[in-house]
Amino acid sequence: MTTAASSLRSLPTLAALTAGLMGLALLLAFFVAPEDADQGISQRIFYIHVPIALTAYFCFGLGAWKALLLLWKGDERYDLESYVAIHQGTIFGSLTLITGAIWAKASWGVWWTWDSNQLVLFLTLFLFYCAYFMLRFSLPEGARRARSSAVYALFGVVLIPISFLAIRLAEDFIHPTTFTRDGPQMTGTMFTAFCVSWAAVTLLAYVLYRVELAGKRLHSDLRELREALE
Amino acid sequence: MTGGEYVAAAYGVVFVFVLVYVAIIAAKLARLQRETAELLELAGRRGSAGDRPVA
Repeated sequence: MTTAASSLRSLPTLAALTAGLMGLALLLAFFVAPEDADQGISQRIFYIHVPIALTAYFCFGLGAWKALLLLWKGDERYDLESYVAIHQGTIFGSLTLITGAIWAKASWGVWWTWDSNQLVLFLTLFLFYCAYFMLRFSLPEGARRARSSAVYALFGVVLIPISFLAIRLAEDFIHPTTFTRDGPQMTGTMFTAFCVSWAAVTLLAYVLYRVELAGKRLHSDLRELREALE
Repeated sequence: MTGGEYVAAAYGVVFVFVLVYVAIIAAKLARLQRETAELLELAGRRGSAGDRPVA
């Protein structure tokens, strides 16, 4: 039986740190970072949209890494860790698509455009991982489901660098490129606000991952206990 | 809609998502607490039945 309760000990501190960092990120994004000369106030969506998108990539990558560990070492706990990371990835992926659509409407006048490789590839990645849940829940619980889910999660990881680099590999004139080989194309305060927002969103994802994982482990422990008692 | 309203909508969506997620987790936690209480009761009944002297 896993010790789900012991893994929760550091969570209140992490949650408080996340709340503090979120507050600081909002303060920097709205009151310290200067207004963009080109896009005006709508550019401030950048401080939430890009960190969320990067976090979604990270969660999908983490899910794939845990899947690889499951296939490599055969330890069942990696199955749950991979599942929770991919679940987090789809949540942050949904948020990326929604905040991106709002920003697109504000900047380009449309909610979505099929002409941008970056958008289409991110949608493909998102839908690929949405289908992961269909596969997972269509199979009976056990080692076969864990292995099949892990293989599927590993296939999806190929899409991450393609989606991330699409904007650079193809000539995408619609979606802006902020980070080039010459460094970030923004002022120092804008970059600081972005970094703090990124740290806050990453920490938020980590806290939610830990909470969800602890809940799932606790549920599993209780089921084992019920089976032993009945 | 103005630029400011779009910004508010983007940040608002994130806030609502996190809030809904936390509410779902809280509901699941409440269910786990109920399950734990049930199991404690079951274990208590088993314990008292085991302690009973054989006639």
